[in-house]
Amino acid sequence: MKKITALMLSSAMMLSLAACGGSASTETVSSEAASSEAASSEAVSTEEAASADAAAVTTVNAGKLTMSTNAAFPPYEMTTDNGDFEGIDIEVAGAIAKKLGLELQVDDMDFDAALLAAQNGKSDMVMAGVTVTDERLKVMDFSDTYAEGIQSIIVPEGSDIATADDLSGKAIGTQRGTTGYLYCTDDFGEENVIAYDDGLTAVQALNNGQVDAVVIDNAPAQEFVAANPGLKILDTAYAQEDYAIGVAKGNTQLLDAINGALEELQADGTLQAIVDKYITAE
Amino acid sequence: MEAQFEALSELVKNGQKLNFGQDFFVKFYQAFLYSDRWQQYIKGVGTTLLVTAIALVLGVVLGAIVAMIRVGYAQQKPHHRNPILGIFNAVAQVYVTVIRGTPMMVQLLIMSMVIFASSRNFTMVGALALGINSGAYVSEIIRGGLMAVDPGQMEAGRSLGLNYMTTMFEIIIPQAIRSILPALGNEFIMLLKDSSLITVIGGKELLYAAQGIMNRTYEPMFPLLGVAATYLVLVMLFSALLAKFERRLAQSDRR
Repeated sequence: MKKITALMLSSAMMLSLAACGGSASTETVSSEAASSEAASSEAVSTEEAASADAAAVTTVNAGKLTMSTNAAFPPYEMTTDNGDFEGIDIEVAGAIAKKLGLELQVDDMDFDAALLAAQNGKSDMVMAGVTVTDERLKVMDFSDTYAEGIQSIIVPEGSDIATADDLSGKAIGTQRGTTGYLYCTDDFGEENVIAYDDGLTAVQALNNGQVDAVVIDNAPAQEFVAANPGLKILDTAYAQEDYAIGVAKGNTQLLDAINGALEELQADGTLQAIVDKYITAE
Repeated sequence: MEAQFEALSELVKNGQKLNFGQDFFVKFYQAFLYSDRWQQYIKGVGTTLLVTAIALVLGVVLGAIVAMIRVGYAQQKPHHRNPILGIFNAVAQVYVTVIRGTPMMVQLLIMSMVIFASSRNFTMVGALALGINSGAYVSEIIRGGLMAVDPGQMEAGRSLGLNYMTTMFEIIIPQAIRSILPALGNEFIMLLKDSSLITVIGGKELLYAAQGIMNRTYEPMFPLLGVAATYLVLVMLFSALLAKFERRLAQSDRR
């Protein structure tokens, strides 16, 4: 009798521990809210059509497409005043999730942690304006690109930095783990580059005069400069690159599903509509 | 060894699976040996120790001053209260309350982003923030130690004709140090580990070095375990030194 009680108690304990596995700081964004207006009217029909696909894809949380990101990267991902997420990546992910008949779940964390989350299977995919590099291809697989990025240089008005070459010997602020950080440490040496947890902090340091320039992706750079008078973006780009969705290495099933959905979104113009919504053409 | 690493990482790139030993070797090599990455860790340890040392000295000095003020204020004769000491005591109390009542991380960010907004010496700003934080805790430890000395000691000293300061420095403080030491050692260890927080303001200490390497290799296990082991070794060295010091002070002990 005692043994049976012990067995039951221990199994109850295991169950209660298993329940702790769910991450606490996640936010479920219903795919309807995150998808573009054009697509929402046909929500029911697409979901029915996609149900065949959904059965084929296994995700980290059943029925949900979990996306890890760093929501301090406007306009690709940012938080709204009520704590929800919005941005190009969020909406594209929402549209993909709808195509696959899944619910989108957004996990917000530091950029380097977001990459690792997809790599280690804590999330299904990472979408955070991730650039495809050879080093990253070693540890994860990437979808087709869905946007183009440029590494821009932000400097204060009246700075003597006019081109990327002028950066040598200056203090450069970057976001930890981004390609901007990697390129700058390669080109100008570890001692001249300061890595911050997010782009906002780096720009804050630039405002304070703690760094001479910030190297970051062009789209967020535009937002930062618009919000901080006295800063400007140099006309010469530091680097050109392609954004893609990262998934765990070897997860070809999910990758094919994402690529298929991306292709459809590209074909029906949804992708362009989302990008246009956030980035006004110049 | 380098050739072996190159060969194996070429295999990984081509999508081949390595066995456990090879996988371990590749990850270890790229985390510590590839392009002399161990030097980054060593540099990081240097900064960590420097920050800890500065913060420690600052913390002990600040803590001692604050503790002396508060004990001195509390031990005044009734009806003979010194107004200047009263002001100092109020300041000390506010300092302890504010510093103990706000998180270390917030204090660091305030120091870096608000108070020293134009300083580029992130390491020193970090050390200063850590030292000011530590001072509040150390002051309470020292105050406790001073209060724990039997009041009869002070009475005996004063009745032998020594003045307050002499009694304090020659009789009370030497006895207090013995009871303070274990708690102070605890605080030092906390300080050493808290120095890893200065990464958030751009201080390039041990954890910063590990994160930089993680971001290049996309492999977190070895850099993080390496850093954890380094901190552990440092703390163990620190504890051993403290134990030795305590034994030395306990030589004439009858308790």
